[in-house]
Order: sequence, then C-alpha cells, then structure tokens
Amino acid sequence: MEKRVTFKGWLLPLLLIAPQLLISGVFFFYPAAEAVWQSLFIPDPFGLSMQYVGLGNFEYLLSDPYYRASFLTTAVFSTLVTLVSMIPALFLAVLADRLVKGAGAYRTMLIWPYAVAPAVAGVLWLFMFNTRIGIVAWYLGLLGYDWNYVLNQNEAMGLVVVASSWGRISYNFLFYFAALQAVPKSVIEAAAIDGARFWRRFFTIVLPLLSPTTFFLLVVNIVYAFFETFGVIHTITSGGPQQATTILVYKVYADGFVGQDLGSSAAQSVILLLVVGLLTVLQFKFIEKRVHY
Amino acid sequence: MKNFALGALVASSTLLSPFAAFAQTDIQFWHAFTGRLGELVDAQVAQFNASQSDYKVVANYKGNYSETLNAGIAAFRAGEQPDILMVFEVGTATMMAAKGAVKPVYQVMADAGVPFNSDDYIGAVKGYYTTTDGKMLSLPFNSSTPVLWVNRDLLDKAGVAKDADLSTWESIGPVLDKLKAAGVDCPMTTAWQSWIQLENLSAYHNVPFASKENGFGGLDAKLEFNGPVQVKHIQTLGDWAKKGEFIYKGRRNEGGADFRAGSCALFTESSAGYAGIKAEAKFNFEVHPLPYWSDVAGAPQNTIIGGASLWVMEGKPAEDYKGVAEFLSFLSSPEVQAKWHQDTGYLPITKAAADLTREQGFYKENPGTDVAVIQMTTKEPTENSKGIRLGNFDQIRGIIDEELEAVWSGDKTAQDALDTAVTRGNQLLRRFEQANR
Repeated sequence: MEKRVTFKGWLLPLLLIAPQLLISGVFFFYPAAEAVWQSLFIPDPFGLSMQYVGLGNFEYLLSDPYYRASFLTTAVFSTLVTLVSMIPALFLAVLADRLVKGAGAYRTMLIWPYAVAPAVAGVLWLFMFNTRIGIVAWYLGLLGYDWNYVLNQNEAMGLVVVASSWGRISYNFLFYFAALQAVPKSVIEAAAIDGARFWRRFFTIVLPLLSPTTFFLLVVNIVYAFFETFGVIHTITSGGPQQATTILVYKVYADGFVGQDLGSSAAQSVILLLVVGLLTVLQFKFIEKRVHY
Repeated sequence: MKNFALGALVASSTLLSPFAAFAQTDIQFWHAFTGRLGELVDAQVAQFNASQSDYKVVANYKGNYSETLNAGIAAFRAGEQPDILMVFEVGTATMMAAKGAVKPVYQVMADAGVPFNSDDYIGAVKGYYTTTDGKMLSLPFNSSTPVLWVNRDLLDKAGVAKDADLSTWESIGPVLDKLKAAGVDCPMTTAWQSWIQLENLSAYHNVPFASKENGFGGLDAKLEFNGPVQVKHIQTLGDWAKKGEFIYKGRRNEGGADFRAGSCALFTESSAGYAGIKAEAKFNFEVHPLPYWSDVAGAPQNTIIGGASLWVMEGKPAEDYKGVAEFLSFLSSPEVQAKWHQDTGYLPITKAAADLTREQGFYKENPGTDVAVIQMTTKEPTENSKGIRLGNFDQIRGIIDEELEAVWSGDKTAQDALDTAVTRGNQLLRRFEQANR
C-alpha cells in the first residue's frame, strides 16, 4: 500500500504550492498566453497599430515550403545533438566510474565545459574551424580536405551540432556518473562471478538500470536542442548556408528580434510550443514504458 | 595643435559645468559605433558639448545596427526612447512607416528655427532619406558606397600589366584567369553580397531593383531584381565560383580579413573599408571604381549608399528638440563632416565638406580616396539609382543571401535563384504592407 498524507482544508496546501504556481504563472502561463494572443495579429514594430488576422499568421507560415523544411532541419539537428551529447557522456562516465586514482581531477575536467556559455562556445568552435584562421581547418587542408562550412551544408550542420553538444556532454556526464555510482555493486559482482565480461555486464545490467536517467536526459536534451541553441547558430552560421541550419527556434529569434515581424514570430513560438509539448507527451507515453525504475 | 585646442575646450567645459548644469538639457543619442568609430563619435559629441552650454548630448553605444534599432524600438514601446536613434539604411522603410514614433528632421529643424537646406547634401546621399517630394526625414550620418579594392602585389605576381583595364566586368574575367593560373588561392571575393552584387549592381546599370522607384513610391512595390542584367552578373560570378576564381567568404564582410592579410587579389567592399585596409595591409593596394558591364546602355550610372542615418524620436519634451536641431546642424557643418570623411573613408555628406576636403589637399595626399565620391556624384541619380526603400528589408537580404549561396555552391542557376528570391521576398513585402496599412 502506498502511503499518502492528506491535508485538511485547502488553505495550507494552496499556500504550499503557491510559490511554484506563481513562478509558473509569471514565467510560463502569462508569456505563453501573450504569445498566443499576439499570434493572431500583425502588429507594427513600434506597437502603434495592430491588424487582426485570425489564423492568418499560421496560414502564412504553414504554406511556406521553407518554413516546413525547417521542421526537417530541426528534427535532424535535435536528433544529432541529443545523440552526440549523450553517447560520449555515457562512455566517459563509464570510464570515469572505473578510475581508482585521480577520479576527482578527471571528473572536474569533464564537467568544466558546462560552465562555458553557449555563445562563447560557439565562438570557440568558430575560431577552430574558421576557414582562414582555424587551426582544425588548417590541418584538414594539410590532409588535402577542403573544409568550407560557409558553402557546404553538411559541414555547417556538423559544426553547429558539435558546438551545441560539447557543453552538454558535461551536463549529461554528471547525471550518468551519479547514476552509475548508484548501481548496486552486488549485482555486478554476481554477474562477474557468472563469467560475464565488462561490456556484457554493461549492456545487460548497467544500461537497463540507467534507463530512468537516460529517459530524463533524453527529454531534457531534446528540449535543449529545440529551444536553447539559437545563440550557437547565430554566432556560427546565422542559419546558413542557404537554410541548412535554420532550425525553428532560430527562425523565431531572427524573425522577431532582427526582422521585427512580431506576429509571425509569436505564431512560430506557439507552433514550437505545441511541437515540443507533443513530443514530450509521446515520449512519456511510449518510451517511458520501457523504463525500469 | 587641433587636438590641443579640442582638449582645452573639453577641459574648460568640465570646469564650467557646475555653473552651467542648472540650465542644461540632456539629449540622449543612441548609436552603433564601437572601437575607432566610437571614439570619433565621442569626440564629435565632446566638441559639441564644449561649444555651448544649453545642451548636453549623452551618447550611448547600443550594440550593432540591428541591436541598436531593436533597443530603440523596445525603448519606444516602454516610453523611454532616446532623442536621436542611429538606424542603418535597411531600417529606413521601417522608420518611415512608423508615423507617430519619429519626427521628420526637416520639421525638427523648422520648428527650432535652425537654418537647414536639404540641397546642401550630396544627391545620392540625400535621396535615400528624403520623401519623393524632397523632404528630409532623417539626417545622413555615415554613408559609404562599394568600390573595388586591389592587391597590386598579387596582380604583379600574376603578370597583370600595371595599366590593365579593371573598369568593366568583361575585362575582370581574363585578369582572374591569370591570377588563378599564377596560383593565387583567392583571385576575388566580396563583402555584403546583396548590397554590392545586386542592389548596387542594379543602380549602377540603371535597372530597377524593385518597382515603384525601388519602393520610394509606395508600400505596394514588388521586387524586380531577376532581370537580365542581374541574372547575367550573378551567373558570371557563379561560373567564376565554379572555376575557383570567385571565393565566397560569408554573408557580411568576412572577406575583409582575407584581403587585408594579403590572400585575396580583388575585393569588392565599402569605401569605408579604407581605415582598416590602410592600417593593416602590408602590400601595395589600390582603390578602383566598381566594375560595370560595358554592354549595358547608360552604365555606369551611380552607385548607392550604405550606412546609417539619425532619426529623431517622437514624444520628448519640446526643449529637447531645440537641442537636437542644434546638434544635427553641428554634425552637418563642413568642418565636422570633412574630418569625419577623412578619418573614416565614409563619404562627405555635404558638397561643402567635399570641397573643403579637396582644398585641404587630402585627395592628393591619399590617392584613391575620392574614387567613391566621384562614382556617386558624376551623374544625377535616377529612379533606379537614388536608393532602395523596402519594408522587412533586413529579412529580404537574408533570403537573397540564402539564394546566392545556392548559386555559389552550384546548386541553382542564377535565374532560378533570383526568381525564388523575388517570390519569397515579395511575400515579406506584402506582410509589411499589411502591418502598416
């Protein structure tokens, strides 16, 4: 039987959840409602006049093949960012978990990149891969590879994925490392006595036991890739070449804050909100079933 | 000596300020200049503040052009707008449409009783910022125009004769072949591809970039830059890109660093690149007029400007506007303008400033610095060459960048890319029209 604590009356419970409600209200529900409201208008930038257009902004967006194409770009980008930031993190965590000497130093070094702001990370990667002064671009040139992300769409995508994932690897590492410490040693030892080698033990025992962490990180990283990566894209590619790295959230930023088209920008954020909401619901419905707590 | 006098003025004004402070009105001025240009703006402001005691101009750097415009718009919505806002040329239509947010400059001047004649300004500069009936809406501040920068050492290395013709695109082709054959990695590159290779190309050949006098005649203008002249030019550049003779470096002025480092031979870039190139280039460089297609009748017409102008915001106390008028009048005086022109490579915005610079012997000592001035002023601007005034223009330039990249990478033909850019851009024009109905 589950234990439940029940409060009498409604005042105390309300008081206890009030801070969270207030924060959600001020920082989520109010701005979200405002976005929905604004998405029904075409305002001028100075707020002097507004034209009510109903669903016109949505119609305009969804009938634009370039906007629809950016859904695919976003899907590719988010999948890559999630994979590139989670798999190396797990690998590093497994290695760090086996360390006997100097574990603290390695851990600190591995967590460090998380402290670098995304836009700064973008500039760092830009310097390394810049076609004129980038050291990596220079070495690639020596190897006979003509690195040119300003015109090559795949290279541009690769570069923004790596730049966006780099700092996230540390974040994911932290969670995986903590989760690995919580895996009961007795289970591992029993398997070892039965003759299972390290990677066999990892795939059949450790990985399933990590599934709650993996699921949590999957949700969090996808949300990150959808919402928080425009700084990196802005500094490295500005969405180009052509539209190769124009993901949905970058277009929200570019149309709203550079183009002053607030109606379209608001409609795009509503669409983005729906997409991510739907994605999260799907994840909880279908993937969470495979998670062992 | 000049600097000493300025310093003395500044110092004395600081000493006197406790007494003058009672009656002083603060004038807020938001701009987008940092580094050397920021210092020069600060010096102009200090000189103005020292020259009188009624007003004190407070200059603030608000980020790049886009960020400064955004800061101004956000501030207006919050009722905290500055008196003067610097807006880049592509933001002109946005500001013009914002009736009730801006106070036209001609009106500010008239209300304050400050003498002001828009005919003092160079035609191609003035035209960009005036209404079709000749009323000046914003004060031109920094204006430049694209020219051809040449690395003479690389041309020598490739065996290009000193007097080889670089004035037409037809004659540039063989020069690029020679450079490529001599092993030059970057025979030619460009900055600001939309501004130089489409907007200026159109004006220079007297063909429309958009209908309705490039948008001057109304918000219902349509893009028309997919005509034969533009297609031929972009296709030629695309062919050069395929041969490795035209190297694309990026959407902004990324190519500038390559040119200054000596790796690019030819570089189409703003005349305002002068200060940077002069400071950094360790090779012999030259300034040439922008090349044109000699088979187009009437070419070369004149090129158009890029840069920024100063807009006066609505909704400030009446005494502010008197000070604003004094400050704007000070900025356009021949002495201030001539110094700005010589320090930065931006154009002199008034005829008097150009004449003063010539009298001072600046063009003789710095050959090539008058190329841009001549290129802009030899012919009276036409409907197609006085400027471009389109809503959502920053976004439209983004679309043009995307489509041109498709040409440089060989994914699309010039005709296909420009047709698509026109279709996509027109949708943005219709949206702007709707927002400002």
